[in-house]
Amino acid sequence: MDGIADMGGTLGWGSAKPPKKDEPVFGEVWEGRAFALALLSMRTAGTNLDSFRHALDRQPREKYIDDGYYGRWLHAAELMLVESSIIAPDAVEQRTRKLLGQAVTEPERPEPHKPDYAPTAAGSLRQVDEPPRFAVGDRVRAKDISPPKHTRLVGYVRGHEGVVAAIQPSHLLPDTHATFEGENPQHVYSVAFDSHELWGADAEDFTLHIDLWDSYLEDAS
Amino acid sequence: MSEEHLPIQLRTEALEQLLVEAGLVDPTVMDKFISTYANDVGPLNGAKVVAKAWTDPAYKERLLAEGTSAIAELGFKGPQGEHIVVLENTDDVHNVVVCTLCSCYPWPVLGLPPSWYKDPAYRSRVVREPRAVLHEMGLDLAADVDVKVWDSSSEVRFFVLPQRPAGTESLSEEELSGLVTRDAMVGVALVGAP
Repeated sequence: MDGIADMGGTLGWGSAKPPKKDEPVFGEVWEGRAFALALLSMRTAGTNLDSFRHALDRQPREKYIDDGYYGRWLHAAELMLVESSIIAPDAVEQRTRKLLGQAVTEPERPEPHKPDYAPTAAGSLRQVDEPPRFAVGDRVRAKDISPPKHTRLVGYVRGHEGVVAAIQPSHLLPDTHATFEGENPQHVYSVAFDSHELWGADAEDFTLHIDLWDSYLEDAS
Repeated sequence: MSEEHLPIQLRTEALEQLLVEAGLVDPTVMDKFISTYANDVGPLNGAKVVAKAWTDPAYKERLLAEGTSAIAELGFKGPQGEHIVVLENTDDVHNVVVCTLCSCYPWPVLGLPPSWYKDPAYRSRVVREPRAVLHEMGLDLAADVDVKVWDSSSEVRFFVLPQRPAGTESLSEEELSGLVTRDAMVGVALVGAP
C-alpha cells in the first residue's frame, strides 16, 4: 500500500547517520520488551510475518515515526492483537493510563477471533511447479499499480523497466498472505534497474537490484 | 478517546501486563528472546564467516554459490536467514544493502539492525543517491567502482563479503575476524588494516 512504510526514493528525511561504534542492540529496556512482545504477538494473534508487516504499513505517521523502530513494532503488535480480539481496542490505552496513576475503567477481555488461517509449511519459501515465465536477461516492467493493501512492489520501481538478473527461490505471495487470502506461491526474480531509468538523466550511475514477484511484472521485451 | 501521545515505554509495559495476566505470554520466554539477540546472535557471527572466506578458498566458493548452507556450516541459521545470498565486494564492484519497506536484515549473521539502517534517511535515499549517502556515512568510493544497491523486498537476505585489507597476510583467521565490522558486511564501510 502507498503508506508511510514505502520510503524508497522519498525525500525530506535529512542526512544519513554515520554508524556509531558499539551501539547497544536495545538502546532502552522497553525496546527489548517491545521486540519480544511483537514476535510473540504473531503467535498469540494467530497471524504471520506478512500480516505483521501489513500492521506496520497501516500505522499513522506519528506512531510509525515518533516512537522509533521498536515503537512501531509495539503499535503493530497491538493492532494485530486487537484485530484477532485477543485484547479490547482500548485495553492498552486504559492500562497505560492506569500506570500513569489515572482513574480508568479497563475493558473486559473479548472473545478471541483469530484469522481462519494455517500455513502450509514453515517460512515463506514454497515450491512452484510451473517453469518461470522469465529467464535471466529478459526485459521486464514493474506494473504501474497501487495495491490498496500490503505489497512488496515498492512505489519507486512501478512503471519502470529492468532486466532479470537472477531467479530467486519461489515464495508465497505476501500480498494475499498478509490478509489471510491464501499463499499463492510464485516465482520471484531479482530485477536490475539502471539508476537513470528510475531517477532520470542526472542521477548517480548505479544499478538497483530488487526482488519482484511474478504477478508484479509484465513482459517488456 | 484522547489523541494524546502516551509514553511508549509505558504502553509497552501495559501490553506486557495484559498478555501475561491472560496467560498468553511468558515473561521468561521474552527474556530469552531479548538475551539471545542482545548477547548471542550478532555481527561476530558474520565476521567469522568473512574471515573463513578470506582464508579458505574452497569455503569462499561455496559461500558465494550457496550462501545459506555455507553459513549454516558454521552453525549460523534461524529467523530472517531462510535464504542468504552473499555479495562479494571487489576492486570493481561495491555492493550495499537496504530494506526500503521495513528494515529486513540477515539476523543469523548480523543480529538485529543498527539504528542507521532503520533510519528513514538511509531507507529512502540509498536507492536514489547511494554515493551521496555513503559519503555522509564516511565512505567515499573511487569514481570507477560499479555501485550495486540491493533492496531486500523478498525473504532473500543479502550479506556483503568485504575486501580483505592489504597487509594482513600474516594474520590468523581469528585475528582477521576481529577486523571485520558490521558496517562493512552491509556495505557502508570498508574493512581497515589493523
